Amino acid sequence: MDKKISIPNQKVAWQWVFLMAWRDARKSRSRLFLFISSIVIGIAALVAINSFSDNLQSDINSQANELLGADLELASNDSSFRYPVIEEMSHEVSYENSFASMIFFPKNQESRLVDVRALEGAFPYYGKIETEPADAEATFRDGTRKALVDQSVLVQYNVGIGDSIRIGRVLFKIEGSLISSPSQSIGATLVTPAVYIPMAYLKETELIQKGSRVYYRRFYKFNDPPADFNIDDQIRTDSDSLRAARISSETIRERKEETGDTFEDLADFLNLVAFVALLLGCVGVASAVHIYIKEKIRLVAILRCLGASGRDAFYIYLSQIGAIGLIGSILGAIVGTFIQTVLPRVFADFLPVDVTFSLSWPSILGGVLTGLFVSILFALSPLIAVRRASPLITLRGIQESGKRKIDKAQWLIYGFIFLFIVGFAFIQIGSIRDSLIFTLFIGLAFGFLAGIAKIIMWLVKRFFPDSWSYVWRQSLANLHRPNNQTLVLISSIGLGTALITTLYFIQALLINEVEITTNNDRPNLMIFDIQSHQVDAINTKATERGLPILQSVPIVTMRLSSVNGITYKQVLEDTSINMRGGMFRREWRVTYRDSIIASEELTSGTLKMLESRSEELNEKYKDIVLVSLEEDYVERNNLKLMDTLVWDVQGVPITTQLGSTRKIDWQMVQTNFLALFPTEVLEQAPQFHVLITRVKSTEEGALFQRDIVKEFPNVSVIDVGLILNTIDDILDKIAFVIRFMALFSIITGLLVLISSVILSKFQRIKESVLLRTMGGSRKQILSINSLEYFFLGSLASLSGILLAMLGSWGLAYYSFNSTFVPNILPIITVYLIITCLTIIIGLFNSRGIISKPPLEVLRNEIQ
Amino acid sequence: MSNILEVSNLTKTYSSGSKSLTVLSDISFTIQSGDKLSIVGSSGSGKTTLLGLCAGLDRATSGSVILNGISLDKLNEDERAYVRNQHVGFVFQNFQLLPTLTAVENIMVPMELRREKGIRKKALELLDRVGLAERHDHYPTQLSGGEQQRISIARAFSNNPQILFADEPTGNLDEETSEKIEHLLFELNRESGTTLVLVTHDLDLAKKTDRIIKLKGGMVLHPSDQLATENG
Repeated sequence: MDKKISIPNQKVAWQWVFLMAWRDARKSRSRLFLFISSIVIGIAALVAINSFSDNLQSDINSQANELLGADLELASNDSSFRYPVIEEMSHEVSYENSFASMIFFPKNQESRLVDVRALEGAFPYYGKIETEPADAEATFRDGTRKALVDQSVLVQYNVGIGDSIRIGRVLFKIEGSLISSPSQSIGATLVTPAVYIPMAYLKETELIQKGSRVYYRRFYKFNDPPADFNIDDQIRTDSDSLRAARISSETIRERKEETGDTFEDLADFLNLVAFVALLLGCVGVASAVHIYIKEKIRLVAILRCLGASGRDAFYIYLSQIGAIGLIGSILGAIVGTFIQTVLPRVFADFLPVDVTFSLSWPSILGGVLTGLFVSILFALSPLIAVRRASPLITLRGIQESGKRKIDKAQWLIYGFIFLFIVGFAFIQIGSIRDSLIFTLFIGLAFGFLAGIAKIIMWLVKRFFPDSWSYVWRQSLANLHRPNNQTLVLISSIGLGTALITTLYFIQALLINEVEITTNNDRPNLMIFDIQSHQVDAINTKATERGLPILQSVPIVTMRLSSVNGITYKQVLEDTSINMRGGMFRREWRVTYRDSIIASEELTSGTLKMLESRSEELNEKYKDIVLVSLEEDYVERNNLKLMDTLVWDVQGVPITTQLGSTRKIDWQMVQTNFLALFPTEVLEQAPQFHVLITRVKSTEEGALFQRDIVKEFPNVSVIDVGLILNTIDDILDKIAFVIRFMALFSIITGLLVLISSVILSKFQRIKESVLLRTMGGSRKQILSINSLEYFFLGSLASLSGILLAMLGSWGLAYYSFNSTFVPNILPIITVYLIITCLTIIIGLFNSRGIISKPPLEVLRNEIQ
Repeated sequence: MSNILEVSNLTKTYSSGSKSLTVLSDISFTIQSGDKLSIVGSSGSGKTTLLGLCAGLDRATSGSVILNGISLDKLNEDERAYVRNQHVGFVFQNFQLLPTLTAVENIMVPMELRREKGIRKKALELLDRVGLAERHDHYPTQLSGGEQQRISIARAFSNNPQILFADEPTGNLDEETSEKIEHLLFELNRESGTTLVLVTHDLDLAKKTDRIIKLKGGMVLHPSDQLATENG
């Protein structure tokens, strides 16, 4: 007799599932919350950054006019540029001529390179030039010789309001310190800070001469434009003619988008950093759930015995993790909203607008959903074991091992995790390739740490020191015995350590890079804008002071008119021509010589025609001018050797052929040029010169600068030391932001550490109690536990440091083209901190086992 | 009376690498509805394995188990779980109560799985029947071994099983408590008319059942073998 049975196709009894989840969680609530605490910080970081960028974006939108200060900005290198369509409309216009120049401080006889901006008109029409005192913005326009000077310059040179500066031949009174202005871009002012002067005195300075590099800007405000007029449409319509006339333009919408894009990129980068913190937390969740489920398997087996399906049992724990994940995510969102209020201060040096605070519900909701999703996704891998829990455990006590089929669901989950990481990275980066690389690196990092953990376990087992004392043997054996924490702790703590250490290494590497440029044999002072007739005098002055003339280079400005007969106009009109317009638009700064210098390497062709040719050939090719271009530039622009390039050298056409390509090391402090002409071609063209030398001290540099600037006010001096100080300042500010972001990973790492160590207590508790029962002393158990945590902490931190060193070496070698030399002190510091923390947290958690009677511990903790 | 359990040529072999170990070999027997049967034998004789196979907790290597007319070997794990919930009750040596549930909640679980109504009242009645009404909201850790086993028995009867499997039900208890548990088990069994399959190495307990199957080395000892063993 064989009855057919069929299970009624029952839906999941959700009510019972939730009831069981609730009942089961009653005694594990604190532990469950511990699992999820690891993701709280990651979610907080995501919510904070997304809310902040939401607020920033809406502030950029609402303050868009003030970002540009006008309805339209037009700019060109040609002072006579025109845009008739706009000029015919009713408008107000302001003019700004800007150029790099030295300013001189009579008070302390010092000088500095700045961006001089001669202003005429009521610009800005929206927002204002922010000054201290606030009314200086208006009073400096009263028609007298007054200037607004960037606040950093005032501080740096110890000059104040009311003091004087000399620009060219004119002495200006400092009317106020310049805090911000709509027309200056963030960051640019750090290298060449701005100084505003009235346009009326520009000529008097005598700084603008033929060949001077001046940037002419015009700011327009339209008065009652026609209803159907849209400046963006107009610019789009005229874009070709504007480009042909080499006029650049910017509208409010463009500035708004550009500013928004810049900060979106920043927010995306910060989101990735936050995401790494979240992933770190996810590892914590996965490892905690893994241990939790291992403990619950017996309970699942009982339920299976009583008739629960694998699906029901799975849902019980899934709903537990889901509920606690939701709570953790909500908590993360709350913490993130608070952190959001701090971010404007963290990013203060980089913000283009005043950021207001408001709750960003999309960010909060997004954060909560992400938290819920990741906690479930990362818990799923250990959780699916529940489906396969055998009811036989109730009889046998253990799950029978044997050949098990690989669970397809497991691979499916790994696939989802992979897709999730790639997807999240893609949303932030916007490039599939980069997202895959990001995911690959995350995977490699985990693989590396897991590999180290496996190797360590194997090594301990293989070369076990049998002769060591019991305490050492026991603690060492704990690294590979069943229920060990080696893999989990090395992965989670190792990754946290690696992240923090890498951030430190890279910061040190960048600073080191900058410092290398200041070492003894490098040039550190550049004088440019030297007129031809001033070269000898300045060279003599340098020689008199014992300064070496490392380079004295002529520079000629020109434009490219055609390539193989194709002009810019043709490129614009005929889309089938595969040529970039950029080479025609740029103003080329070119030098001439017949040899290559230290920073260059000839990669193809020749600089000069071979002279061993026959007389006939020499005669035939004598008029051919061979120019050399940078190799990458040639490739990017689809050029090839012997292409014909016609240049417009300030009105005079010169026909050349591409004779060679060069590889250039741009990092070296010296003048490098995309295009190189041979001698005997440009000598008579209008040109200026650059002198590069090396001063032994800041004082020597300052004295030489003062000497030169006093006599030749048109020249500009770049003090590399000063730039390095500025870069140092910028790096400090960036480092502060990075450290702030790393804080999320550090806290997450600590939480993962705490939860891993607390959970490992449950793994070891039975054993410790048995040891105590058999007469093990408190000291012995304490020693065993301390040593185990010492081994785990040491191995985890050392693995993380090793990973960080590998990562930093890779970044140094491939991204910064530099050599990575790790600094031993921070390595020791990180190692000691992580190891000590692991031991302290571990022992703090084991204190109950040691101080209470064994039976009491068993009754309270085991269930 | 009809057969509630039919076991035919049941063999269970465990493989590990190239080695294999047969723990049950060619076992066949039947039990009629309402019967009480003991499976006895020394440690390692295969009693628990046989109980696991009969109750659908494990799969045989060969042979068949037909429980209440349902061939268990053709069912997947979830189908067997359903059969257990509908037809089977369990009492374990180490009680196997859910540690995070109170006494009454433990008894309610099988009924909840059957989606029955009014189960709390029935669970409390069962709790009263095993003499632990006042301990209904206690967790297993707050109960003694004997009390835990009584809860376990109440749970086993909560789904009115046609067959009850008990694995060493008194194995973890002292003599006095064991007697009380035995008494309770047989009494409830008689009241509900359930078939009882008991695994034990306590021959005195086994003698209280209608039939005894004695296992040795994974095989059923024939009556002559049994006699020989019993005599000496």
